Amino acid sequence: MDTTLVAQIIFYFFALLTVASAAIVVFSRSLIYSAFGLLFALVGVAALYVFLGADFLAATQMVIYVGGILVLLLFGVMLTHKLYDLDLKTETYQFLPALLVVAAVFLTLLGVMLRTTWHSQEQAMSPTTAAIGELFMKDFILPFEIASIFLLIALIGAAMIVRRRAE
Amino acid sequence: MIGLTHYLVISAALFSLGIMGVLTRKNAVNVLMGVELILNSANVNLVAFSRFSAGNLSGQVFAIFIIVIAAAEAAVALAIVLSMYRLVKSVNLDRADTLKG
Repeated sequence: MDTTLVAQIIFYFFALLTVASAAIVVFSRSLIYSAFGLLFALVGVAALYVFLGADFLAATQMVIYVGGILVLLLFGVMLTHKLYDLDLKTETYQFLPALLVVAAVFLTLLGVMLRTTWHSQEQAMSPTTAAIGELFMKDFILPFEIASIFLLIALIGAAMIVRRRAE
Repeated sequence: MIGLTHYLVISAALFSLGIMGVLTRKNAVNVLMGVELILNSANVNLVAFSRFSAGNLSGQVFAIFIIVIAAAEAAVALAIVLSMYRLVKSVNLDRADTLKG
């Protein structure tokens, strides 16, 4: 069997998985279903990174998004609901106006993307981890350091916000 | 043949769904999930352009910075959600109207 055909089938599978899971996140009534939809959407995006030859980024996506942010969101769901309301329903509001606005945005983006003739040439795939590390230590050293300080500030700030005030 | 446009269309769909979640959901945690979808769509865009045009890895480095910011955003936003829950005993965003005149 032709390898490009197999690659295409796998690509479309993950594209469909990503978009369908994102739709579950947005349209499901249950918070837990939303959280698990987000899990599959993030895994699908990681698979798209693999298709784009971004191996380091795919691993980062799995570790930080799926392992970190998603667990954090699940903690948020669990901590802000009483344990006995198991259904964890969420309501929606202004559904129809939002749908119109979003459809307009999506069709505009789609029109621009499909009409533009992109001068794209596919680069050869190569391992990216060493090159990214070198970029961080040479060209992007200042943003790298700022990001570390930014993370520290966010950590301290988050701890400050949730701390109980001394009465 | 899978080209740049395929990735852009997926990214546009993720972006639109994320905006839909932010606009319609009442639950604050669910709104955060929408924001994560939007950030992911931006990342797919950056990595796709990085692969199909420039020949350097700046797009991927930028995507890593976005992931860093998303992690910080999730932590701080959940802290705010938790303290809001402590204050009004609910995470419905229309209950957060203390500043309303």
